[in-house]
Amino acid sequence: MNNLVERARELLENKTISVIVGYEAGPTGIARPVFITDPSKADILICDERCVQNLAVYLTKPEVRKLGKTGIVATLPVMRSIMMLISEQQITADDVVVLGISSDRKLLDIPDITVMQGFIEKSDLGNPQKDKELLAELNKLSPDEKFAWWQKELSNCIKCYACRQSCPMCYCTRCAVEVNQPQWIPVQSNTHGNMEWHILRAMHLAGRCISCGECGRACPVGIPCHLLTMHLTDQTHRYFNVHAGTSDKMKSVLSVYEPGDKENFII
Amino acid sequence: MEENIYRPYQMEIENIIEETPDVRTFRLKFKDPVEAEKFAFKAGQFGEYSVAGEGESTFCVASSPTRKGYIECTFRKAGRVTNALSNLEVGDTVGFRGPYGNTFPVEGWENKNLLYIAGGIALPPMRCVIWNTIDLRKKYKDITIIYGARTVADLVYKHELKEWGERPDVKLITTVDPGGQTPDWKGEIGFVPTVLERIAPSSENTVAILCGPPVMIKFTMPVLKKLGFSDKNIYTTLENRMKCGFGKCGRCNVGKIFVCKDGPVFTYEQLLTLPAEY
Amino acid sequence: MEKNLKLIRKDSLEKLYNHLSGQYKIYAPVRTSAQKVEYRYNPDFAEVTFDHVRSTLSVKNLVFPKVENLLFYSNTKAETTFAGIDTNKFQDVVLWGAHPCDTAAFNTLKSIFCWDINDGLFSKRLEKLVVIGLGCKTCDEFCFCTSVGLAPDSLKGSDILLSSVKNDNYRAEIVTEKGNKIAASCPELFEKYSGEEVIVAEVKQKFSHDLVTKKLASAFDHPFWVENSLRCLGCGACAYVCPTCACFDIQDETKGKNGRRYRSWDSCGFGLFTIHTSGHNPRSVQSQRWRQRIMHKFSYMPERNKSLGCVGCGRCSSGCPVDMNISEQLEVLQRI
Repeated sequence: MNNLVERARELLENKTISVIVGYEAGPTGIARPVFITDPSKADILICDERCVQNLAVYLTKPEVRKLGKTGIVATLPVMRSIMMLISEQQITADDVVVLGISSDRKLLDIPDITVMQGFIEKSDLGNPQKDKELLAELNKLSPDEKFAWWQKELSNCIKCYACRQSCPMCYCTRCAVEVNQPQWIPVQSNTHGNMEWHILRAMHLAGRCISCGECGRACPVGIPCHLLTMHLTDQTHRYFNVHAGTSDKMKSVLSVYEPGDKENFII
Repeated sequence: MEENIYRPYQMEIENIIEETPDVRTFRLKFKDPVEAEKFAFKAGQFGEYSVAGEGESTFCVASSPTRKGYIECTFRKAGRVTNALSNLEVGDTVGFRGPYGNTFPVEGWENKNLLYIAGGIALPPMRCVIWNTIDLRKKYKDITIIYGARTVADLVYKHELKEWGERPDVKLITTVDPGGQTPDWKGEIGFVPTVLERIAPSSENTVAILCGPPVMIKFTMPVLKKLGFSDKNIYTTLENRMKCGFGKCGRCNVGKIFVCKDGPVFTYEQLLTLPAEY
Repeated sequence: MEKNLKLIRKDSLEKLYNHLSGQYKIYAPVRTSAQKVEYRYNPDFAEVTFDHVRSTLSVKNLVFPKVENLLFYSNTKAETTFAGIDTNKFQDVVLWGAHPCDTAAFNTLKSIFCWDINDGLFSKRLEKLVVIGLGCKTCDEFCFCTSVGLAPDSLKGSDILLSSVKNDNYRAEIVTEKGNKIAASCPELFEKYSGEEVIVAEVKQKFSHDLVTKKLASAFDHPFWVENSLRCLGCGACAYVCPTCACFDIQDETKGKNGRRYRSWDSCGFGLFTIHTSGHNPRSVQSQRWRQRIMHKFSYMPERNKSLGCVGCGRCSSGCPVDMNISEQLEVLQRI
């Protein structure tokens, strides 16, 4: 990963950026996000198969924004998240320098958003293979069986919101569940309310989710809630022919109507 | 069955005063006469007032402990519970849990001058102690009250301001922000810190009690210091988001104290030892 | 005081389990997947596992449920009434096989809920709980009980502590009167202990909690907090899996004319935990909230409740999506 380290050091030294958001290895060997402002510390950056967190989640955090222009180590899901954040006007292309990482962990040359778009368009935009298989298994069940399956899984949800907090697209400063006039979703954890929460979140992500799988990975009790959002990703592609995060001018799939939209699945 | 510390007293609304378009004062009496008899509190304490189905909200007990048979609270319509409270009528039930918190140490203030300074909706936490000391008038020397609000309409307890103003043994100065006066306004015009500086009460043998929005406190403290008040003789109240009211739910933990247990009354000296997380 | 030590043979353990589950609700660890062990009510003995270092969630649920009714209300235009909870209806529960970190946590929780005024709901649940502790044979890189004044064979919070000896037998140390009553109800299962060697994990000490508490007293404004909390996502995972975290929310929930006021787990890590209705937020930045977590557990609680707010179980660190490893941070802290 020398290229990444060199590039990061160079960008920090010539003050193109104020901070690099990347991955480091913690003392237990787990890869975790790191924020580097000192060029001499750039050599702690790693980028191997342990590096899975979606770093784009930090681009909307005020504590990180105030550090200044950000260089971000970006695998494909992170690049797509950046496109979505620009489309939804949460960040501008000028706020970030993308240190793109290919699927075989090599540093890519991404001078601007157009090049990043080109890279994304050439990539496999479907759900990850193992999740495709899990979804296929689930979709073999009848609707009743599927509902019962999700009821059982979501009865374990403790409403810690790790799923929401790890998702780059969940950047609302006051989430729908944090409104109490009215309290749309119960605050407490109970099976029914937990299902309402997860379905609400999946719906709010339909057309916006780029299938990084962070929500499921972040869950401390191991609920595969990413399968819900990934399923809706499949659906929005199937019905609207849209893959999220493929341009910096994405339109909101569920709230924009084009005369040419398919309607045969509704009427 | 062990006493349930989360269970409120049932109170009936005896009287409602509309202080301003969005501020109400409730006079509440205990539905259970046995509870009414047993209940006691001291000036400075607060309670959790609830509307069943909406939740609980934290307000001080705004009436004086010298007046038995009822408690009063004043609140502004701001969120879910206060909105629900403002829709209640005389005769409706309000839950009350309390009294919680510490108190204004009025016994230690005997034979001293008292300087009360309040702004806007922060007069209610002081009303309890103002009436407490006025009801025991002989124990205290001079009592001065400086109270200001943004506009005349925002002044609360208008009928009591009149009562305090008419007493020969209380000096009352009311003020509104520049531009907040009405044509017939006879009080001062100016921000509270400015008016305080102008009046320049003596700090000799005087205790200052100060309640107001953070910006008012920020500018009033330096004036009090300039007038010679020591940190131990300036009292204020803190407000933090609270839920349980008795130091268990963790929400009002500031440094090593809980605002609900070690407050809400603090001296400025104590305040300086706390991190600014309030 | 002389220790009350007995031997429970491998087959007696199953008999003890069945004897207890016949009379009480029993809460025991069950392996639910390759990575997860969870405590469940009344599993068959065959499903119970003792091979876990930690379960995913702690067992604080027994005394501090994730959702707990505080009172019921009935709300009509004519009148509103509030009815309390009959704690006499709480059932006796046997906690089977909790590691010493989890058992010590009951004492920590007691120092919060029974401090100053007694929380009757908590106290009753604790009173009705019998804790059969399980000493640790193994540990992993997240464990740090020895750094917080505990040990893999600590008796704190257990009524009976089981420790592994050879041949899959267990030494039972009867610690309390509650434990004594259990042993007396089936004395044939508690045989004479002849000094068989107990297998205890070696948990390396990572930091000194006394030193950490001392450092924290003057570390409030140190840049450490900002530097080390940038990656924190502000979720509630650490607080919810923690056996000693006890912050809670109070909410009302109504259906028609009747409803209940309940409390549910909350976390000081959430962004809106301290927000005022006015919009002012005393802890609006994640570094302030991360600092609050550490200071509360290692500085404020020792000073106020005379107990440390952490038992070194490691769940927060292993459960954190971004590896906010608490023992790592405290090791750094004690060096500043």
